[in-house]
Amino acid sequence: MPLLELRDVEARYGEIRALHGVTLSVAEGDFVAILGANGAGKTTALRAISGTVKTSGDVLYDGHKIFRRTPESMARRGVAHVPEGRGTFMTLSVLDNLRIGAWVRRGTSPRDLANVFEFFPRLYERRDQQAGTLSGGEQQMLALGRAMMAKPRLLLLDEPSLGLAPLVVREIFATLGRMNESGTTIVVVEQNATLALRAAKHAFLLEAGRVVLGGVASDLQANESVRRSYLGY
Amino acid sequence: MANFLQQVVSGLASGGIYGSLALAIVLIHRATGVLNFAQGEMATLSAFVCWTLIDHGWAFWPAFGATIVLSFAGGVALQRTVIRPIQGGPLLGVVILTIGLLIAINGLDTWIWGGAAKQFHGPFSTAPINVAGVAFSKQDIGVIAISILAVVLIGLLFAKTKLGLGLRAAATNPDEARLAGVCVPAMLALGWGLAAVLGAVAGVMAAPSLFLEPNMMRTVLLYAFAAAVLGGMDSPIGAVIGGLVLGVLLNLVGTYVHWIGGELRLAVALAVILSVLLVRPAGLFGQTAVRRV
Repeated sequence: MPLLELRDVEARYGEIRALHGVTLSVAEGDFVAILGANGAGKTTALRAISGTVKTSGDVLYDGHKIFRRTPESMARRGVAHVPEGRGTFMTLSVLDNLRIGAWVRRGTSPRDLANVFEFFPRLYERRDQQAGTLSGGEQQMLALGRAMMAKPRLLLLDEPSLGLAPLVVREIFATLGRMNESGTTIVVVEQNATLALRAAKHAFLLEAGRVVLGGVASDLQANESVRRSYLGY
Repeated sequence: MANFLQQVVSGLASGGIYGSLALAIVLIHRATGVLNFAQGEMATLSAFVCWTLIDHGWAFWPAFGATIVLSFAGGVALQRTVIRPIQGGPLLGVVILTIGLLIAINGLDTWIWGGAAKQFHGPFSTAPINVAGVAFSKQDIGVIAISILAVVLIGLLFAKTKLGLGLRAAATNPDEARLAGVCVPAMLALGWGLAAVLGAVAGVMAAPSLFLEPNMMRTVLLYAFAAAVLGGMDSPIGAVIGGLVLGVLLNLVGTYVHWIGGELRLAVALAVILSVLLVRPAGLFGQTAVRRV
């Protein structure tokens, strides 16, 4: 039984339909990349899962159809969504940002904090600074660290590499790999297809709000049209 | 010198009241962007409730405790019923709504309790107490202590508890807070409840010296707004310190600058604020947002 299943999910922003019946499934422990051009509906697909956009069609999580999805109810079910643009609490300290990640859990265990700081030592150095004073890369680390504090079953990430230096991007994807190894299911939306396909186990390709291709990441990597359109070689 | 110290302490007492009300205003403004013009009338209503309980034979402290609980519930209820439907709407609509609330609560007070001023016997006697040869009023000292206690307790709640963290997160970035699992509407309602509690403290502390009547908090509300602006509209500490500074300053000006006396105090307050804002537009403790993109 897959951990997450989308069946014919449609989503619209007012008049504009962003998803035209997306069907995909993600197994527990999987690392899935969602690829596609700008405006293909990648972000909306994540938002449909976390309940931040109105949808029709079915979203199944842990075998159950989830009817009234709200971000807070999905968070309580173990879904952590890191939106694009490093959503952090700018005026709160780094430490408070991490603590709020554990909101859905009972208390903040020092061990979880230590764990995040082990992944991102730079956050420890800046733990008392306001999040708004961090660099872009550090903010992305903080957003990811906050998601780690929730100990999610399913981690949704939107464009984690956007605007970051290659070294930072590598660090972030290495962290994702380790989280995945320790059992967290990950769905990542990425424009950088090369990077995403290297890290992920499975991948889906969205075009104009539909899944046009899906399968094992290495197969997609080898696919002629994917290579030409998204990998550029 | 003795007179100067007495005036400072008595100014701190009024300042504590301005500060509590200013803090209530700032808490709501920070959390929701709403300027609650009804905060003063809510405080008056709380004072009336407390007075009624005492009038029915309750001792002061149980009546005060019950008033605080009722005010909290009232603040939450007000947010859920009146404020919530238009939250996030145009700013002007929200402002007009809270002004409407001001008028409605004021009318309610007059309807229930009448417009005549009532004597409110506070818990502290007005008898002087000697500290190092200077006579202070016990009431002033008591009011300062209670106001500071209320402010410190609210401060600790925000800074040290998980609930406080949720309140701050919901105020800073509601969308992200929801993604983290925080129930933002509940936090907003809670914020209104806590603001109502601070207002209740201010109202009950002000009532013995101001006489209880429906318009009791009118001027206090203006001073509280002044204090909030002085401290920086989004800084809780600034609101409290702004209130204290304003209280002391007005008292000293009223005492030592004879041609100003009681009537021009409000004008002095506004002049002070204007000059501060000319130098520091964000207020004394306000932050111009630091942000790296």
